[in-house]
Amino acid sequence: MPVIEISQSIDARGLSCPMPIVKTAQTVKAIPSGAAVELLATDPGSIKDVAAWCRATGNELVEQTSDGAVYRFVIRRK
Amino acid sequence: MTTETLAPFDPLAEAIAAVDGWPEAAETPVPAPAAEPAADGEVKTKDFLIIAYSGELEKVWATMILASTSAAMGVRTRVFVTFWGLQVFVKDSKRITGENAMQKMMSGMQRPGISHRKLSKMNFLGMGPWMMRRLAKQYGVASPKELLEAAQALGVEFIPCQMTMDMFGLKPEDMIEGMGEPAGAATVIGLLTGDSTPLFI
Repeated sequence: MPVIEISQSIDARGLSCPMPIVKTAQTVKAIPSGAAVELLATDPGSIKDVAAWCRATGNELVEQTSDGAVYRFVIRRK
Repeated sequence: MTTETLAPFDPLAEAIAAVDGWPEAAETPVPAPAAEPAADGEVKTKDFLIIAYSGELEKVWATMILASTSAAMGVRTRVFVTFWGLQVFVKDSKRITGENAMQKMMSGMQRPGISHRKLSKMNFLGMGPWMMRRLAKQYGVASPKELLEAAQALGVEFIPCQMTMDMFGLKPEDMIEGMGEPAGAATVIGLLTGDSTPLFI
């Protein structure tokens, strides 16, 4: 698996719906196609919301991990 | 997480996925493929229109959450602001608006501006909204004002109702920055009979 270079990190820890998605959209919009961002969130709803956002916008959810309290998503812009 | 729980969202997601690239606010409507009738004969929608009629805190919150999220998801989003909803878009710093005595009295009876919204129930002279704002802060929920700023940054168009502006004596300089051109009911109906999915709040 190729190593994904993360160009930016979005810290949405402690933020509730819809701010993790709003921040993600604003950040992803500003990066070039093919670049990836990392999103850190604590909102449990973000598991579904990030997946839904990626499906709707066509961006790729490359990675999704959690350490129990913080969810980490890696998203690559299409 | 099962796929069943995600299923109700899919038709919209598919319609949006068919849209090419990131639609900008000023962009012309997206090309044909997404607008073609689906297998079941229905035309898929890809624009979102909120008719923001109410001025209560909880309803304004709902409008701002949905508008900012929809724009974040790449859906072209318009909000037609009318009647009590229009009061929300008057600058917070304005206390009295209107040209004649009755219009001024009307604005005196309900303070305009997004930061001065009341709850439809449990208002208790401002105690309810104060508690609501405190809870929101504690749980990391963005305020209507923050969501409005995010929505504007993401290209949501806020269209004021011309008739309401006239009736309340509101001038363009009374309104917040970045509002669209005032329009009327025909514009709304035009969007509804086009391909906008509407929501009346």
